[in-house]
Parts: sequence; structure tokens; C-alpha cells
Amino acid sequence: MPFGYASPEQIMRDKADYARKGIARGRSVVVLQYEHGILFVAPNPSRALHKISEIYDRIGFAAVGRYNEFEALRLGGIRYADVNGYTYDRSDVTARGLANLYAQSLGQIFTESIKSMEVEVVVAEVGDTPDGDAIYRLTFDGSVFDEHGLAAMGGQAEAVSTRLKERYRDGMGLAEALETALAALTEPGGERPPVGQLEVAVLDRNRPHRKFLRLPAPRLERLLAEAAAKSDPAAGATGQPAPGTGAQAPGDPATGPEGDIDTGSGA
Amino acid sequence: MASHRDLPAGMVNHLFTNTGNSSFTEFVGSYAPELLPGRNDTLATPVGDRIPHATTIVAATCAGGVVMAGDRRATSGNIISQRDIEKVFRTDDYSCMGIAGAASTGIEMARLYRVELEHYEKMEGRTLSVAGKANRLATMIRGNLAMAMQGLVVVPLFAAYDPEIDGGRIFGYDVGGGPYEQYQHHAIGSGSIFARGALKKLYREGASPEDTVLTLIQALYDAADDDSATGGPDVTRQIWPVVAVITADGFRRLSDEEVAQYVRTTVDGRMNNPDGPVAPLR
Repeated sequence: MPFGYASPEQIMRDKADYARKGIARGRSVVVLQYEHGILFVAPNPSRALHKISEIYDRIGFAAVGRYNEFEALRLGGIRYADVNGYTYDRSDVTARGLANLYAQSLGQIFTESIKSMEVEVVVAEVGDTPDGDAIYRLTFDGSVFDEHGLAAMGGQAEAVSTRLKERYRDGMGLAEALETALAALTEPGGERPPVGQLEVAVLDRNRPHRKFLRLPAPRLERLLAEAAAKSDPAAGATGQPAPGTGAQAPGDPATGPEGDIDTGSGA
Repeated sequence: MASHRDLPAGMVNHLFTNTGNSSFTEFVGSYAPELLPGRNDTLATPVGDRIPHATTIVAATCAGGVVMAGDRRATSGNIISQRDIEKVFRTDDYSCMGIAGAASTGIEMARLYRVELEHYEKMEGRTLSVAGKANRLATMIRGNLAMAMQGLVVVPLFAAYDPEIDGGRIFGYDVGGGPYEQYQHHAIGSGSIFARGALKKLYREGASPEDTVLTLIQALYDAADDDSATGGPDVTRQIWPVVAVITADGFRRLSDEEVAQYVRTTVDGRMNNPDGPVAPLR
């Protein structure tokens, strides 16, 4: 325990600052609704350590921050979902229940432990119609945000979120949604992460049984080519800044390629 | 379950404690053991024929996969307790199981087994090998041995597409577990003796999935012909066998319309030849 007296406000502020710093070092992750469900996009050079995962039939998970910490949350979430689905019925497992479980756990760790978890998590559920979709974002202190249509988290989350909101519209096709997510993840004038370093998955409401599907690199390339073919005939009037023309923002690029905590493959 | 006071700081419950492996059954066994079947005290008296029993399941390999079919009858002694029970279950994208024996225990086992396979896949990020899946099912059946001795016998049949050999594999079990890998074809349940006889004569190595479905429908017809506990195609109520085809494209349960076609072919053929197709003598 800390030596001497520290006010509760001070302790909480210190913990929150510590957690924020840890999270901000990583790359951003974007989750957004598209025509047939929900799309998850994460720049992730590691092919073994996932930031995006399936939790249950209709529920997906995305996280940023410290790998071992969000991995524990992911595994706990899968156990929660499978136990509930087995106890009751598969349709009785909801993202809302899972978000509450995570909120409890994150909140308790934030108040009781010396170190809070350096993670931010999105739990998303795909419904039978777009109205049934749900995206919940949870922060390190256990706060839950019910997001509408899109969510961004991780390093430079605010900038990414702003860019995403500018480009996002309801009912985009998969190719367009992917293009939008990548544009939001890239600093104006910055370089896009290569397809091989992207982790992308969808919750597709049209799939039978399990809705979660990872999109492999060849599929991503086809989708991006499709999106480019659609936007090119519009003579570049799609509102996307040409590379190199945008004003270079000072400081680290949004994608934070130097992030040393995020991959989990290191130390 | 331990109270929250025994838990490390920040742990809401045992969901976040690592149990050491990726088995759902193991986890539930420590987290909420009452949920698992077969862990209750054994029955005072055998239940025998008083509860519904599921009957005949047949399976055969085909070119690039495997096909499984089951009739729709459940019996309690001499009573037909259900005409449209389903006994063939999808367990994951590339496997399925059929159950014979006590229907209630069997259905519960199939439900648990599906969660077991999915749980491993999600936890580990990879699918179990076919042998791994078959072994896992054997452990579950062995766990039911005490109940089996009191009449709640469940014997499943497991079939899966194995990407290693680009073909189907079939595993049989007994009340003590198993697995016993079966080549080409296998049948379980009360009508299995008759179905197996038919399968021996009608099975064709490397036949298309469509032909193999027809073989299985013929075998089920023969089983229903001679076994009172196996249901034949119910033409008046339009109740057809459940047929599952598993190939590299994954598990697919044939629609009622598709199965109706095969059943019609079988029934039409038997109008002229009640014992079904004749296998060549030489």
C-alpha cells in the first residue's frame, strides 16, 4: 500500500492516469455496424495473439491494452457465455449480460487493486435486424458506454473516432465499411497498415448458427479493391484526402506503430 | 461454489480463474457441478422401458465426406412416445452425432458435447482434431456408466469430416466409452442389425453423397421393416428421416423437401419390390 496518506481522489486519479497511459500506447481498434452486421478492424502484426475474438453465437469481442489482461477477460467471457447458454438456451446469452459481468469485474479491480487493468473492451452483438445490433464499450474503470453504430478505442481513440464519425453512414456495404474503418485508423497523409497486418472479423447476421467469421487477407484485398473501384469513378470526390496532401499532425501517428505493449508478443 | 470472500481481489467469481485446460465439462464440473448430467446419485431402481428410447442411426462414408441418417421414432416399451423426435445433431461445422438409447440423456449429452467442442475452439483458437473430438465423447459416455447400468443407456454414433484425409470418419461407442473407429459404414440402436445387413449389400465405396443418402434411406427402411421400435417414413404425416451430410463445405442438414425426394424413390421402388434393391450375386 502507498506510504502515508493519500486522498481517495488522488489515488483514483493516479490509477486512471496510469491505465490511460498504458492503453494509449497501443494501436486503435475500430468496431462499426455495416449492412449485414458488425465489422471489427484491428491493426495487429501478430497472427497468434488475437485482439478480436468470438464469444458466442451472436457475440464478438475486441480489446486494446495489455494482452494478458484482456485475454483473461476474453476467456472469462467465453466461460460465462457457454455456462449460461448451456444452463438456459443459446438465445439467452446476450451482450448486455456479458458487458455487465465485465463492468463488475473491471470496476472491482479498479477500486480494490493497486493497479487497474490497462484495457478497453468492446462487446458487440448482432441481431436479426440492424435495430437489434448492440455495441458496448467498456473502459478500465468499469464504465459501460452503449455506442450507436460505431466505436473506436486504444491509442489516439478520439482522433480515430472523429475521423470515423465523419465518414460513417448507416447501412454501408462490407467493402465500404472496411474502407471507412481503415481511413479512420490512418492519420491523414499517413500510410495504411498492410493487409497482412490487419485483423478483421465480422458478425454476419445472415450466417447460420455462429455469426462470427474472420476475414483472411485475400478476402480483405478483394474487398478493398472493390471499394477502390467504386470510389474511383467518382473522380476522387469521395471526401478522402489524397495521400501527402493532408496536414501532418504533430506528434505520433494515430496508428502508433511504436506501441510496445500492444502486441503481447514481446516482454 | 466458494463465497466471494475466498476469491483474490477483483475477482467477481470463478469465471476468471484459469482451470488449467480448455474443457467446458471440466470447468462446469468445478464451477456448477449440478449442471452436468450423470453426477446425481444413482437411481434407486432401474427405469427400464418406462422412459422414451431413441432407436436407429446409420452412417456411411461417401466421396469426400460422410452421411448420417436417423429415423424419427422414440418408444417407451410398446408405446410410441414420439413420432418426430430428432436424433442426429450438429456438433460443430464438421461433425455430427446421432444418439440411440435413453432419449433424454442422449439429447442432453449432445447439447453438452456441442458446447464442449465450441468452447475448446474459442478458448484455443483452433479446432480439435477428429481423434480428439472422438476421445472427448468417449469420456462423456464413460461418465454416464452408473446411469447406464440403471437403464439410462446412451450410445452415440459420431461422424466427422477429417481435413487430413479429405474424407469422412465414423466412430462407434459402447456404454463403457470407446471410441471404436468404423470404416465405410456403421449403425446403432435397436434396428441396427437389420440396417447393417442392408448397408453391407448397398454400400458402394467412393459413391457420391447423393447415392450414399439413398443407401442410408434404404437401410433405415429395412430397419423399420423388421424392428418395431424403428419408424419408417411417415407418408401421411410427412415425417421423414433426419439426414446430415458433412463434406469439406461443412455440415448440412438436408431439408424436408430434399429428403422427401429420396424417400419417394425408395417407397416407389418398394411398391414393386417390397424387399428393396437386389445386390448382384456375383
